[in-house]
Amino acid sequence: MRAFFLAALVSVFSAVNAAETGYRLEKSPHDPRDLVSLQAGAQVFVNYCLGCHGAQYMRYNRLTDLGLEEGQIRDNLMFTADKVGEPMRTTLPQKESKQWFGVTPPDLSLVARSRGADWLYTYMRTFYRDPKTATGWNNLVFPNVGMPHALWMLQGQRGLEIATVKDAGGHERAEYRWTQLSPGAQSAIEYDTTVRDLVNFLTYVSEPAAQKRKSIGIVVLFALGILFIFAYLLKKEFWKDVK
Amino acid sequence: MSTRLAALWNWFDARMPSVAEQWRIHASEYYAPKNFNFWYFFGSLALLVLVIQIVSGIFLTMNYKPDAALAFGSVEYIMRDVPGGWILRYIHSTGASAFFVVVYLHMFRGMLYGSYKEPRELVWVFGVLIYLTLMGEAFFGYLLPWGQMSYWGAQVIVNLFGTVPFIGPDLALWIRGDYIVSDATLNRFFALHVIALPLVLLGLVVAHLLALHDVGSNNPDGVEIKKAKGPDGKPLDGIPFHPYYTVKDLMGAVVFLAIFAFVMFFVPEMGGYFLEHNNFIPADPLKTPEHIAPVWYFTPYYSILRAVPPLFNSQFPGVLAMGIATLILFFLPWLDRSPVKSIRYRGPIYRWALGIFVVVFLLLGYLGVKPTTVWGQFGFDAFFLDTKDVATWVARLCTILYFAFFFLMPWYTKMDPVKPVPDRVTA
Amino acid sequence: MSEQVNKARRTLIAATSVVGGAAAAGAAVPFVWSMFPSERAKAAGAPVEVDLTKIAPGAIEVVEWRGKPVWVIRRTKEMLESLKAAAPRLSDPESKASDQPEFAQNEYRSQKPDIMVMEGVCTHLGCSPQLKPADAKAEMGADWAGGFYCPCHGSKFDLAGRVFRGAPAPTNLRVPPYEFVSDGTLVIGAEKDKKGA
Repeated sequence: MRAFFLAALVSVFSAVNAAETGYRLEKSPHDPRDLVSLQAGAQVFVNYCLGCHGAQYMRYNRLTDLGLEEGQIRDNLMFTADKVGEPMRTTLPQKESKQWFGVTPPDLSLVARSRGADWLYTYMRTFYRDPKTATGWNNLVFPNVGMPHALWMLQGQRGLEIATVKDAGGHERAEYRWTQLSPGAQSAIEYDTTVRDLVNFLTYVSEPAAQKRKSIGIVVLFALGILFIFAYLLKKEFWKDVK
Repeated sequence: MSTRLAALWNWFDARMPSVAEQWRIHASEYYAPKNFNFWYFFGSLALLVLVIQIVSGIFLTMNYKPDAALAFGSVEYIMRDVPGGWILRYIHSTGASAFFVVVYLHMFRGMLYGSYKEPRELVWVFGVLIYLTLMGEAFFGYLLPWGQMSYWGAQVIVNLFGTVPFIGPDLALWIRGDYIVSDATLNRFFALHVIALPLVLLGLVVAHLLALHDVGSNNPDGVEIKKAKGPDGKPLDGIPFHPYYTVKDLMGAVVFLAIFAFVMFFVPEMGGYFLEHNNFIPADPLKTPEHIAPVWYFTPYYSILRAVPPLFNSQFPGVLAMGIATLILFFLPWLDRSPVKSIRYRGPIYRWALGIFVVVFLLLGYLGVKPTTVWGQFGFDAFFLDTKDVATWVARLCTILYFAFFFLMPWYTKMDPVKPVPDRVTA
Repeated sequence: MSEQVNKARRTLIAATSVVGGAAAAGAAVPFVWSMFPSERAKAAGAPVEVDLTKIAPGAIEVVEWRGKPVWVIRRTKEMLESLKAAAPRLSDPESKASDQPEFAQNEYRSQKPDIMVMEGVCTHLGCSPQLKPADAKAEMGADWAGGFYCPCHGSKFDLAGRVFRGAPAPTNLRVPPYEFVSDGTLVIGAEKDKKGA
């Protein structure tokens, strides 16, 4: 009887889902414990993103989490605030930006939690030139996005051709053919590293307490384990009376 | 010193109802069956989660701002600027889901062992009232972070009330306090979530426990232990709740807290089911998310709502079906005509029925979190196919089976062959 | 036999209670800790910079620090002279009972004699006293050498914030922690909890 229900449940949940729509996302290779990567990511963010996107829930002085000192933060990263306790706001006027881009560039404090690190990693690496859009740029992960390729100077300009090919099984699939139209300051590997660092930083910004959360969690589970031993022994001792 | 303490106690005792008497009635001399198993942990765990939610809720309220312009920011303030605020937030978000896990398992125990049957019908009725109040509490609470899911989830559910014939639009307007879900709605949902419903919940929990203690607990064998008393007048198969079940429930609580802590500290989002990804985007009345789904604990009923097609240009039939699916629970004590309480002594019909009900409930829940296109389309066409989504037709079948479990119960429980019930409890 | 069982039980209950109590205390920590000032409060209460080059001799600048008015006065030689004369009429001329950093427990109640920094909050019930310069002798009395008068209950303070006898205020005006980051720049607020500028 129980075996039947177990089998029924298993078969129900292994039913094939419909294919996810949209471009397949690549896994982001970032390591949240890599402070050097996080610091590099902070620099990329401040230099290339803060001009349009705010991170209004992130205070500059919290960046000491990344192993930086307040003096270093003030000298290298603080362009949009006077005091190091202030949040990382953008200087882009919000109303005008809607006119210029069609949409106000969203605040990025939580983008790694709403879209996910893999989405961000793939997004920042699939911009291509498209004469049909207002900015001249388009993106595979976010078609017709209002954002131009902010890191184009690093990646260079790339063109994309999407061809439909038939694979061995006769199924049709899309093939993406990239061309480097003009070189960027970084090689492909260097650029991937830069994006990885940026995604690492944005993931940190979306939940600065993440690492602390995990380390406290280990202590709590250990403590509860000890408490369980005592609670179990106590239960066993009292229940000797029963039956 | 101890005489002075004793004198102080006597002064107090002479002026208040006896605390010692209550302790005896509800703990040290409340004789509970000695054969409680795993399924009997969930009542005390539900009480534990209630306390956890109230305490964490109080501290969240110290920093949360129930204003549409400030709410989302105040949650991030709690997560980042308030020392240890992220712990408070994760306790409360994990606790909300934990509450429903525990309550569903607690209710399932009732269905396994016939705990709702005579003389415990009122315990069950209070319990269903608690369940409904809990759903309301969760619904009101979910609007408070003012994320995209909060906003649009509330919009959809309040619009459901708008489908009620004749009074619908006015009812929805009255609930919202505005033409759309807005600051007015947020503020009143805050009041209801923080104080009104918690008070109702506490009252109902007290009533639930009083009703239970008056008749005594059921057990996995469905045997009435009060029928076999010893020379001292105590049930032979009973043991005092304190210390035996206080100590056992303490152990259960520690295991529960370990699981709770694991989720809270390592997977608080639970893949987007406990903290939904879209809710990290501030509410935007002008932009509907692609896929609105209620939180996982509502999805079985949401599935039923979606499965019923519109009739006479109204979604109300779906709303009605969803409502009946919830309210039918009240009638379980009277729908079940079996002479026997526990599944251990019931025949194959009820076992199959309950098994199918569990599968159906879980399946409806799963389908509710997914879009209706999740299992693709039928390849063929036919006149009755108002939609070709496979998932919708599966949900419709499940809805029929769900209702069949209840509505056919008076017959199949009557004709189900039963096994002889022992006079005394077994292991 | 049951005596031993009872003892075993009592020890186990005690041990479990100790471990459980520790766990409960640990669980209480985040709740208690959450009530301490948040990052937002600390940022708002961050040290404040004052440009001293803008303050003329004899002039007073009022800045806000942690929600309170802080007076920065560039005292002239006459003002400093008058401090000695006032001593017999003061409740606490040596600031023994009053609240100031160690560097301000001197005759001038300041790090540098010519720059006076003090909170403009009356130590009686918190009103903000008004500046009454030396020439306000008509309302303040013939021996008035300059200072502050609190309109709420009449407390009087000299140009080092010291309270005159006969006033309801019990102690001298509070001197906050401060430091000179350069000759022309003063930072009000302690270095060690520096989270702002």
